[in-house]
Amino acid sequence: MPKQISGRALRGHALMDGLLRSLTRISALTVLVVLGGVIVSLIDGSLPALRAFGLGFVTSETWNPVKDVYGAAPAIYGTLITSLIAMVIGIPVSIGIAIFITELCPVWLKRPISTAIELLAGIPSIIYGIWGLFTFAPLLQRHLQPFLIHAFARAPLLSHLFAGPPYGIGLFTAGLILSIMVLPFITSITRDVFEAVPPMLKEAAYGLGCTTWEVVRKVVLPYTRAGVIGGIMLGLGRALGETMAVTFVIGNAHRISASILAPGTTISASIANEFTEASSNLYTSALIALGLILFVITFIVLAAARFLLLRMERKAGV
Amino acid sequence: MAMLLSMLSAVFGLAWLVAILADLIWRGAAGLSVQLFTQMTPPPGGSTGGILNALFGSFVLTVIGTLIGTPIGILAGTYMAEYGRKTRLTATVRFINDVLLSAPSIVVGLFVYEVLVVRMGHFSAWAGAVALAMLVLPVVVRTTEDMLNLVPDQLREAACSIGAPRWMVIRKVVYRAARAGIITGVLLAVARISGETAPLLFTALNNQFWSANLNQPMANLPVMIFQFALSPYPYWQQLAWTAALLITAAILALNIIARTLSRGRFNER
Repeated sequence: MPKQISGRALRGHALMDGLLRSLTRISALTVLVVLGGVIVSLIDGSLPALRAFGLGFVTSETWNPVKDVYGAAPAIYGTLITSLIAMVIGIPVSIGIAIFITELCPVWLKRPISTAIELLAGIPSIIYGIWGLFTFAPLLQRHLQPFLIHAFARAPLLSHLFAGPPYGIGLFTAGLILSIMVLPFITSITRDVFEAVPPMLKEAAYGLGCTTWEVVRKVVLPYTRAGVIGGIMLGLGRALGETMAVTFVIGNAHRISASILAPGTTISASIANEFTEASSNLYTSALIALGLILFVITFIVLAAARFLLLRMERKAGV
Repeated sequence: MAMLLSMLSAVFGLAWLVAILADLIWRGAAGLSVQLFTQMTPPPGGSTGGILNALFGSFVLTVIGTLIGTPIGILAGTYMAEYGRKTRLTATVRFINDVLLSAPSIVVGLFVYEVLVVRMGHFSAWAGAVALAMLVLPVVVRTTEDMLNLVPDQLREAACSIGAPRWMVIRKVVYRAARAGIITGVLLAVARISGETAPLLFTALNNQFWSANLNQPMANLPVMIFQFALSPYPYWQQLAWTAALLITAAILALNIIARTLSRGRFNER
């Protein structure tokens, strides 16, 4: 004879169900609240600076804590240039690694190589910083930078880009380190979308007599374009916001120089270097305003990246 | 030719990993000693001392940050995978969460500074732990949702058909099936925050002395490395390198454990 379930037990279950349901719902909403909180508090904190300097804050090159005058242009410029350098080097290398892993590499080597590249992402950024300052920058100063200055000395335009004494630290060094740091992010996404290409398409191309290179260029890359761009944007988002590694090697100079070998600063490095030393309210507010600008830029880049990747996923799902 | 280039880029990528690790071991191992784990950080110019207070502080901050961030993350992931699978809220949270996942961590530091440090009037370990929790959250949300979605619906249906209420299905069936995956997510989150420096710079700050008071600034490895490495004192720099070695070894170990855990999981399937 089946046992009767008491009404009390049923009510207990209903209560637990409702409890868990609303608890999980509240937690999910917390994620949205966190983002909203970040935006509101950044805007709130940067209001004094934005009120004092207006839109000129973004275009002004002056950063003078003594006179309490602040302009964000050098930091924005440094952020964009270092990220640009990182992308110029990081994109081809990452895509190359992804091609190697998906198309060329023997099966037994796939896992170790993927893992090793992903471990690069596991190394904390402060380690890149300390390594960059003590090992990498002196190497550049002694070897690569004198070579670059010498090699481009006669070339028009490029001679300005690679001018000046080899400091070791500066925009160029920061960009190089960033390029190493974005490698794992771009590589792992590019590899994933490459692997989502239907084997039928590739085999058909091979059947027509295409070489591996032709298959990659004419079949794999066009098929995965949105995904690859999404991965690149994700890497870019990382490069723009990276703080510690850059802070060590950027030189923290609030000026815009023609030469990429010169010291500069980025938004994140300025905040990291100066925030605890900011003596006036306006100073603090200016730094928070920098943070707001950084957040807006990275938010747009990352949102675009997610949007592209989402489109790619839907395509693969069909 | 082009294929050769792709092979070269793979070698290029791996070379950095080897170069950084080799350098770290080379410079860091020189400072390994017992006093590292028994003494406090030395004053400027000092030539004896360890990093005990920083080790302890980092441990405390990481544990509290994980304890705050993980439950919220797991519950949010549960909502997305169990209750609101197709709702607009889930889609929005997923999108925002993915953006938070790669948002610059220094901005999180600024936020916590505004909300906690300014209100409390001083830097504190609590503020640092909250900042870290905000970095744990998106990682755990993401992996929990992914892992719960991997659990076959037949399991849920089977449990429901023998009369189990929803909360019991989730607790006794779904969570158990996805346990390894969720633990992997938490481990990855711990690995991520234990090396984070930027959000601690103006929340937990740093402390030269032993402190277990969560309302006071607390010593921690990343900020200590930052300050000591940029100092002019050779002994401080040596301590920074050794601390960097310890932190990297711990994080890579965590990463590898997490990876093996999830791999064992997928082979079972």
